[in-house]
Amino acid sequence: MNEAERLVDLIPRLRRYARALVGDRSAADDLVQDTLERAWAKLHLYRRGTDLRAWLFTVMHNVHVNKVRATRVTDTLDDEMPELALRPPQSDALMVRDLDRAIALLPAEQRSVLLLVTLEDMSYEEVARALEIPIGTVMSRLSRAREKLRALMLGQGAAAKLKVVK
Amino acid sequence: MAGETPISEADLHAYADGRLAPARRAEIEAWLATRPEDAERVAHYRESATQLKARYEAVLAEPIPPRLERAASGRPRRWLEGASRAVAFAAGWTVFGAALGALAAWQIAFTRQAPAAALENTAIARRAAVAHAVYSPEVRHPVEVGADQEQHLVTWLSKRLGLKLKAPRLDEAGMSLVGGRLLPGDVGPVAQFMYQSDRGRRMTLYVRAENAPHRETAFRYARENNVGVFYWVEQTCSYAIASSDLSKEELLSVATMVYKQLEP
Repeated sequence: MNEAERLVDLIPRLRRYARALVGDRSAADDLVQDTLERAWAKLHLYRRGTDLRAWLFTVMHNVHVNKVRATRVTDTLDDEMPELALRPPQSDALMVRDLDRAIALLPAEQRSVLLLVTLEDMSYEEVARALEIPIGTVMSRLSRAREKLRALMLGQGAAAKLKVVK
Repeated sequence: MAGETPISEADLHAYADGRLAPARRAEIEAWLATRPEDAERVAHYRESATQLKARYEAVLAEPIPPRLERAASGRPRRWLEGASRAVAFAAGWTVFGAALGALAAWQIAFTRQAPAAALENTAIARRAAVAHAVYSPEVRHPVEVGADQEQHLVTWLSKRLGLKLKAPRLDEAGMSLVGGRLLPGDVGPVAQFMYQSDRGRRMTLYVRAENAPHRETAFRYARENNVGVFYWVEQTCSYAIASSDLSKEELLSVATMVYKQLEP
């Protein structure tokens, strides 16, 4: 199988991660498209025989970080700074909305770690390589992401209901 | 237990993610058994991981937009695409997001105002389900023309529908072509292809030509009695995949396979 076919095969997984990362469908697909284009431009940097998936996620991460930096009004990527939530509700199920909302409220850095571990089933080492951060940072971000998610999911029932009224 | 390694926060996550060797897992379990608060916390990590997975599972089965397929094959994007996106990015995330929200709201309103189109779409699901229910239990005459004459079958049905048809290969899903037949639809002829697994589970593909150009739709799912149907509309024809033997997930994966192969 050549690289083009393998890239095509990986599209669904890239889309899933991007959807969870960015929220809405078309912005997520834009991210995937930019990632694939960047991957083609940088294919000479990819070492054959190594994990293409991991490499693509690194590319996507960099593309995403650059995009966020370039388009963000406030340029903080601070762990404590919640991102603007741009996700239109996609389902009527309150549970889904809570989960979406909670994920959207995680700081971007924590969100990527949590999503790679959970959706992509990457080992902590793979996540460290993909995001180009030390493994200790992976663990602390994972831990903070989960704690924050838990706090949001447990504590936001009332808040979510108030939102629905509007 | 004497001499056990101290339990760290990282261990608890590895435990929640199912990444530990059995021996270590047992140690963590024993440790958690005496600490209900931590046990509850870890249970929540696990549960939210399951929810998160379930929440985004469906994305894997969505039909792949042509622009992404083009990008993955190294083909350049179309100029209009680049232009419209440049505008969107220049406007920035916030405006972009607001515009998307407005668009989504407009689309919802539009769909609500167009019950006729929605009704027409569900009609194909119902017809496909009925056709499936009628012919799939047939032992001796499930099809008019068998897979041994596939070329003839495809040419014949293509001619009657006025479309270039193709019987998709579904070996990957463990289904092989049994054959097909011509059926009367509400406006003209309809083609039905039947597939079967080696265990005798059946699935039918229902294809209808659309004489007026149609707004394309994404995959939709419907259930008629005990027949599950995935259907979608393209510009020149509509497709429906029906089965009472396959689960919704299996059906969706078959639908995705069919979609990929039949994409113009």
